[in-house]
Amino acid sequence: MIQVEHISKTFKVSRRSAGFLEAFKALFHREYECVKALDDISFNIDEGEMVGYIGPNGAGKSSTIKVLSGILTPDSGSCHINGRIPWKERTAHVKDIGVVFGQRSQLWWDVPVVDSFLLLRDIYKIPDKLYQNNLDELVNLLDIEQIIRTPTRQLSLGQRMRCEIAASLLHSPKILFLDEPTIGLDAVSKIAVRDFILELNRNHKTTVILTTHDMQDIEYLTKRIILIGKGKILMDGSLENIRKEYTDTKRLTIDFIGEDIQLVEGMKFILQEKNHGVIDIDSKMLTVSDAISILSSQVKLNDISVTGPSVDEVVAQLYQKYHI
Amino acid sequence: MKLYRRFFMIHLKSAFQYKISFLLISIGQFFTAFMVFVGVKFMFDRFHTVKGYTYSEVLLCFSIVLMAFTLAEMFVRGFDTFSHIIANGEFDRVLLRPRNEIFLVLAGKMELSRVGRLLQSIIILAYGINTCEIIWSWDKIVTLILMICGGTVIFACLFIIFAALCFFTLEGLEFMNVFTDGAREHGKYPFDIYGKKIFKFCTYIIPYTLFQYYPFLYLTGREDNKLYMLLPIVASLFAIPSIMLWKFGVRHYKSTGS
Repeated sequence: MIQVEHISKTFKVSRRSAGFLEAFKALFHREYECVKALDDISFNIDEGEMVGYIGPNGAGKSSTIKVLSGILTPDSGSCHINGRIPWKERTAHVKDIGVVFGQRSQLWWDVPVVDSFLLLRDIYKIPDKLYQNNLDELVNLLDIEQIIRTPTRQLSLGQRMRCEIAASLLHSPKILFLDEPTIGLDAVSKIAVRDFILELNRNHKTTVILTTHDMQDIEYLTKRIILIGKGKILMDGSLENIRKEYTDTKRLTIDFIGEDIQLVEGMKFILQEKNHGVIDIDSKMLTVSDAISILSSQVKLNDISVTGPSVDEVVAQLYQKYHI
Repeated sequence: MKLYRRFFMIHLKSAFQYKISFLLISIGQFFTAFMVFVGVKFMFDRFHTVKGYTYSEVLLCFSIVLMAFTLAEMFVRGFDTFSHIIANGEFDRVLLRPRNEIFLVLAGKMELSRVGRLLQSIIILAYGINTCEIIWSWDKIVTLILMICGGTVIFACLFIIFAALCFFTLEGLEFMNVFTDGAREHGKYPFDIYGKKIFKFCTYIIPYTLFQYYPFLYLTGREDNKLYMLLPIVASLFAIPSIMLWKFGVRHYKSTGS
């Protein structure tokens, strides 16, 4: 559905040191530096897939989204989405996509949200019946029945974000780009947004491409992640595999009755209290079940939980590995 | 057109959200234009004619240029403030809509508070029509309307050109206002009073005289050639290079920020 092949994009960035004199000099002579925002990017995404696109700030995430949505023309490389080249057949292409920029609003500031929706209906030439169906569904799922009668400027961020997402989906796009959709949201709104995206993907087979810094979004929503750093794709794979590959430790949290515990090699106490302990296990040396049987042979275990490292930790390791 | 009407309604609703601000800006606009009018009046109290043009003729000319400029500023505001639209990333949004981008920028911003200045120009126009000695036959009325429309198109084109330049500079070019605000100020007198060089510039580079000077000659009966009344339509051809430059700019667009 989405095929991206060898896309590169270079930006010219002007540089100068701080200070008035430097600013004055820059009036006459500017030093430019070429920054490769995208460097030979290739990937394929199938219909109905949900992909997390991650990387540190300035890695090229937004640039990729802009190329895919037809805003930016790359210097080289090709890209086909539904058989179209986004920047060449922009008007036809954008009918099929929805884009949410978490940091920018697409709603008209001073009028009730529903007025913005009506305007979008006319911009996209959505047939009345389809519009009504979509609106009913979105209003229901996102729980914005009351909110859409309020002017945008009076909405809280969470309310606004739900309306933004609704606005991007009124024309039933096949592909949805979400650029940091949960930025700045509280826990309840975040979960509402995530649940909605899952539901959308399940019911409409909408392809979702998500960029975020919130690894819980990734964990909750996507099976596949693409890691980009300094304009290059560093990794493309399922979250589970990456997790397995990049982390060798499992963490056991136990409540027990008994005296002290003798650990074998490959196990390490992180926290040791009376009747409570946290132990890291090096999974290269022994399995979790081995570790549990060692423990249960020594003390009576009341409660036990096994956790892997958080996605945040995995990603931090990844960033470290690639020096980005 | 239906879509444009919907955009218009949204702008109207937004403007009414801030009633007092809207009112005050409108009144302010009315009085700034009024001061210029007073200036013209004082001058004519002393000199009676400027290069053979009478007071009411100059008022007529002034009101036509002012009205054309005001209409352009009201409805082509999106291009006038285009540097902001680029800077805050709104233009990305425009490119995400399945419509012509010129239409979207045009409809995306309207400055309805300019209605104060529009009112002022209508009053001056009415006054000028009343006091001048023109016999208002149908062809004179058509000429007048063509002058206003042609002028609006020329100012609109200038705004579009400035906007197109923003694609390369990413910021507004203040000196460009010479051509819009400047023309509004100096356009109150027929352009031939400024001498040959400026007159040539205002004909061949930016065709101001085609909607102001030449049809004005016809309007005041100084010239009988009927072709002169159609010149504002020729002036509108200025839109072609303007839009070409704009299209060229869009292809060079580099988005900003995240």
